[in-house]
Amino acid sequence: MLYALKIAARYLTANKGQTALLVLGVAVGVFIFIFMSALIGGLAEFILSRTVGDMSHITIQAETVDPPLLIAPDGAVLVASERGETRTATLSQSATWVPLIAAVPGVKAVSPQISGAGLLARGAQSAQVSVTGVEPGNESAILDLDGYMVEGSARLASDGIILGQKLADDLSLSLGQTLRLQSSDGATILLTLGGIFLTGNGAMDDGRAFVSLSTARSLFDTPQGVTRIEIKLDDLNSADDIALRIRALTGLDAVPWTDGAEQLMEALDAQAQTGIFLKTFALITIVIGVASALLLSTYRRRPEIGIMRAMGAGRGFVVFVFVMQGGLVGLMGGLSGAVLGYLALLPFPSRDEFRAGTLPMDITQGSYGLAILLTVIGAVLASILPARSAARVDPVTAIGQ
Amino acid sequence: MSALLEVRDLVKTYGSGEAATRVLRGLSLRLDTGEMAALLGPSGSGKSTLLTILGTLMKPTSGSHVMLGQDLIAAGDRELTAFRNLHIGFVFQFHNLLPDFTALENVIFPTSVREGRETPAARERGRDLLVRMGLGDRIDFPSANLSGGQKQRVAVARALMNSPELVLADEPTGNLDRASAMQVMELIGQINREEGTTFLISTHDEKIAGFCRRQIVVGDGLVTG
Ligand SMILES: Nc1ncnc2c1ncn2[C@@H]1O[C@H](COP(=O)(O)OP(=O)(O)OP(=O)(O)O)[C@@H](O)[C@H]1O
Ligand SMILES: [Mg+2]
Repeated sequence: MLYALKIAARYLTANKGQTALLVLGVAVGVFIFIFMSALIGGLAEFILSRTVGDMSHITIQAETVDPPLLIAPDGAVLVASERGETRTATLSQSATWVPLIAAVPGVKAVSPQISGAGLLARGAQSAQVSVTGVEPGNESAILDLDGYMVEGSARLASDGIILGQKLADDLSLSLGQTLRLQSSDGATILLTLGGIFLTGNGAMDDGRAFVSLSTARSLFDTPQGVTRIEIKLDDLNSADDIALRIRALTGLDAVPWTDGAEQLMEALDAQAQTGIFLKTFALITIVIGVASALLLSTYRRRPEIGIMRAMGAGRGFVVFVFVMQGGLVGLMGGLSGAVLGYLALLPFPSRDEFRAGTLPMDITQGSYGLAILLTVIGAVLASILPARSAARVDPVTAIGQ
Repeated sequence: MSALLEVRDLVKTYGSGEAATRVLRGLSLRLDTGEMAALLGPSGSGKSTLLTILGTLMKPTSGSHVMLGQDLIAAGDRELTAFRNLHIGFVFQFHNLLPDFTALENVIFPTSVREGRETPAARERGRDLLVRMGLGDRIDFPSANLSGGQKQRVAVARALMNSPELVLADEPTGNLDRASAMQVMELIGQINREEGTTFLISTHDEKIAGFCRRQIVVGDGLVTG
């Protein structure tokens, strides 16, 4: 109905000021919708990246094998223990599993690791450290070491070690110095300080040391396999599903990050609910605004509606004229609100640069299309009531008044 | 001459109960093709009521209404809308034009609403009609800015747009000065003579009535002369 559209457009342009106000009102509603989407989405992103961003999304930990119990005939309980086996269990076949896991769709990175406790010493000073051996070239697979480096490089040389800044400060270390690292097993290795990082996480900056996987092998006497496999995903939210697949694929106990993170999930959920609530209110405001403006317009145009009906315009035509007005207002308000929202979000730091203290608005999560679509639908629905009342105008009384 | 329309025993009662007003009390009337008739009668006698019923904008309380062989009492809203569009033109006293549209857009409305768009052919005919009404220089003028007489002439052009058999005019010159009123009536008379369009025009003005060959007088809800 091109002709009804023309009349609708004419009605809107005939009262430019009024239409502009109405469109502005709708745009503000859309703006709020987009702002809320970006804020709630950004907040979730921010909270997740702060809490799980640097974490393994799925972790496979070697199970500590309980030493077998032997019951002696006299009733005494004996523990059979072999040296090495009590200390750490290993995932002995990691070499086969790692490529298998890496091939699972949705897996971004796989990091086989050997970890243990150690004593770091330089001269007379020493400190307890938790040592993680990772594959050189794969240092930033889970924790973004590269991004946290303050000195040196995250790239591990075979005799290299990377430390947190606090630890380096405590021991007054500087790049290139040689350190002695002694494992809890008693093995000692000399390493060169190749980089210093600062993550903002105290325990990490204070007591973590990264070495190459081969260094960790000799340090912890693990010639085969690894103690832990950490997996990073493209999408955090697919952890449960992918963990199941990995379990089915390897038979290993793959644990998604969501295990034990129920409170966090609940908090995020509540936050998302709040967002939906506020967005719904923004939409309701739009619907009420459009409905009341159009209702007023149908009242003001009663004589004209009567004329059109007398000239042979059917009820459906009249309905169409007013529904089109609603649709046009929704479209214009939706588009301008989306543009306004986008412009307003531009100054905020991008999602990779969220900082504490600023609103973590994520411009990519503005739901612009959805906002426009829902607004148009809402405005069209809002116009149905006025349109129907317009179609019911009695030409006789309308023209006679 | 053949009958264009015929109404018989029209009764129209407004309201109900104690407030009921019986305006038409069994009125019968026949109009033939090509007639030019004036509808006279005191204020409140039911002239507008009759025109509204003849224009299918309202149904009588009882009575029959046949035009062009069609029983318009039995017809539904959709049929009547289409019927009006094709066969009946209207000129009202007030609120005649769509103020946000130009003179031409107003004139071609009856065709555009039927065809779903404004066609070049409709524009052509609309322009011709406006030129004929002496409004060649006001074709694309916003209708809200036209003078009263000009508005009524645009309304006459619009009433003729779909070449209807019948044009109903309710005091079309009621709020015009004498010169404009005469101009509008002359145009109506000219169309009637040249195209054979039937006109029924209600008026209080004897001079206006003088333009018409037939005078129909309504009183007491009946045709009295
Ligand atoms: N919608 C209505 N409800 C109730 N009464 C009505 C209605 N319309 C008209 N009437 C009454 O019907 C009677 C006839 O009205 P109508 O408008 O047909 O008269 P008219 O002959 O056109 O008068 P005028 O010359 O003043 O235009 C009047 O008494 C009027 O008050
Ligand atoms: Mg009247």
